[in-house]
Amino acid sequence: MKYVDEFRDGEVAQGLAKAIAAEVHHDRRYNFMEFCGGHTHAISRYGVPDLLPTNVRMIHGPGCPVCVLPIGRIDLAIRLALDNGAILCTYADTLRIPASGGLSLMKAKARGGDIRMVYAVTDALKIARDHPGKEVVFFAIGFETTTPPTAVAIRQARAEGLKNFSVLCCHVLTPSAIMNILESPEVRELGTVPLDGFVGPAHVSTVIGSRPYAFFAEEYRKPVVIAGFEPLDVMQAILMLVRQVNEGRAQVENEFTRAVTPEGNTKAQNLVAEVFELRRSFEWRGLGEVPYSALKIRAGFAEFDAEQRFHLEYQPVPDNKACECGAILRGVKKPTDCKIFGTVCTPENPMGSCMVSSEGACAAHYTYGRHQDARAVEA
Amino acid sequence: MSAVKKGYVRALDIRHGRVDMSHGGGGRAMAQLIAELFANHLGNEYLAQGNDGACLPPGDGRLVVSTDSHVVSPLFFPGGDIGCLSVHGTVNDVAVMGATPLYLTAGFILEEGFPLADLARVVESMARAANEAGVQLVAGDTKVVEQGKGDGVFITTTGVGFLPEGIHLAGDQARAGDAVLVSGSIGDHGVAIMSQRENLSFDAPILSDTAALHGLTAAMLASGAAIRVMRDPTRGGLAATLNEIAHQSGVGIHLEEAAIPVKPAVGAACELLGLDPLNIANEGKLLAVCAAGDADRLLTAMRAHPQGREAAIIGKVVADPNAFVQMQTRFGGRRMVDWLSGEQLPRIC
Repeated sequence: MKYVDEFRDGEVAQGLAKAIAAEVHHDRRYNFMEFCGGHTHAISRYGVPDLLPTNVRMIHGPGCPVCVLPIGRIDLAIRLALDNGAILCTYADTLRIPASGGLSLMKAKARGGDIRMVYAVTDALKIARDHPGKEVVFFAIGFETTTPPTAVAIRQARAEGLKNFSVLCCHVLTPSAIMNILESPEVRELGTVPLDGFVGPAHVSTVIGSRPYAFFAEEYRKPVVIAGFEPLDVMQAILMLVRQVNEGRAQVENEFTRAVTPEGNTKAQNLVAEVFELRRSFEWRGLGEVPYSALKIRAGFAEFDAEQRFHLEYQPVPDNKACECGAILRGVKKPTDCKIFGTVCTPENPMGSCMVSSEGACAAHYTYGRHQDARAVEA
Repeated sequence: MSAVKKGYVRALDIRHGRVDMSHGGGGRAMAQLIAELFANHLGNEYLAQGNDGACLPPGDGRLVVSTDSHVVSPLFFPGGDIGCLSVHGTVNDVAVMGATPLYLTAGFILEEGFPLADLARVVESMARAANEAGVQLVAGDTKVVEQGKGDGVFITTTGVGFLPEGIHLAGDQARAGDAVLVSGSIGDHGVAIMSQRENLSFDAPILSDTAALHGLTAAMLASGAAIRVMRDPTRGGLAATLNEIAHQSGVGIHLEEAAIPVKPAVGAACELLGLDPLNIANEGKLLAVCAAGDADRLLTAMRAHPQGREAAIIGKVVADPNAFVQMQTRFGGRRMVDWLSGEQLPRIC
């Protein structure tokens, strides 16, 4: 496959692995957080850890939109389908997230809720056009990457005069989450998460640009290397991070120059600003309430805001007590540190959200990495 | 069945007619549908017996029976349709047991309003597929459900074949050291259906690989290679089937990603849809586990058959109490190849 295989080339990977091995100092450890679930998935799926020296550890960050969605938000979506009789359109990943009362969107569907999997928000618009007599709600989740299409859809709905379409907005913001991690006591005071740097988001950065990360590099003295989602991108970014650490630098570097500019996509940013505004606070699974970390629909577009349209009241719901998703999302614990990992909590029966999406730290480790816990005997 | 039909003057309007509730009512309309559509295309001496069951002659060896329901959507897809799929799916389940498939039964659940022209296409396709596979459809059933309670047509087929003495293929026979082979490129069927649903178009359309594998399995058995397991990786794809074998045999399996054949267009579509070819359904491919020393001989036999031209040795069986399936990635790392969780592609077969 042209323009894809080039970024997964095994020989180049070996070359990079050698370069990283030559660069690392053996008397110290390197702990890097890949913020995005896309990176977590690439690292696990291509077996990147096998190519890294043992003193380089990758910590999976909270950049999986499904994983950070709190139970209360799923409950709202379920309520829309079951109580309000709306057609709820959602990305496939959210279907299995455990909600209150033993429900999930998939189980609510089995109970008669009209819940439909869509690949894009445009599919939801089409469903609204095709069912003028039904309320159609798009369950909008994701970071800055998926926000512009939602903004476009809302504008489109207004232009078409669609009266039965609305959006349950759960869009969240990357810089606020990174800041929250850096501000958390574990990182700032206790030193239990010795973070040496970040692999910065790929697709998110194509929208917001590389500039927003400068603050972290300067204020917190943490190097950030923005990287694409292909495994070679990640390897190159790790090499760049190791070099920054070794040279005592803390800068924003861009490995993903083929797509990311310092300013980002200003057209998309303007679209988002037209339709959305900052929420004062938003609950994140694992991180709790994070101020100014999410978006809501502006008053001018209130008719398309499902929360207002259906008078939804958000009720926070505590996570399962045994679940360590919170600590795992902050990088304080590894999936295998959780007592219920792989026993009570599996991809078939997830207790916590990190086990739901293939981009979640727990699901990625369960699906792709369990062999590392018990190395198989070679024949 | 022709006794009931007597007295009818007007033939079934296959071109414009639709299935209605009377076609499942047990009366003349049903008898007419069976006679003019099903028996007309699928008829043989056993179906012609017209009894509640088909009386079949004794065969050579042990009886192998398998059953499979088909609910694929869309009903017609690039490279096939629900008709031939319902024959291939069951024929293959019998064939990978090492048996020679001989007979099929078919149960149809039709939805009120389904165009008879579409039903005729499906039945003709079944007839063609059965003919090519050398199996006879010896018993059938038709039910009709109200509009909205079905989706055109669902077909359940049961296949019967005879397994010659001396052949014992089973999921628990894989042993450490054995070789793992696949008969050709993976993921074609699932991607053909998904590309239809998602309106993805490619320069050359991706066709479903739906096909009967009895010829290939016969050639493989004739090669004399010590085959332990044969299985067709349908729903859940290669990953699910290999995990089944690993668990049943209590062994691990190590795959080489670079050795697994995937068509470029299938790979590209998977990239686009966020799917892994290892999890995607096939309907005309098989996996085989054989003694390491016989792997080359088996590979040669497979490649000599039209359905095995792209066959490849893709991995080996290892001792592993965890029964993990692992893969050396093209990238140079190693990862688990797990069962699929949840539902990736509903109504794929």
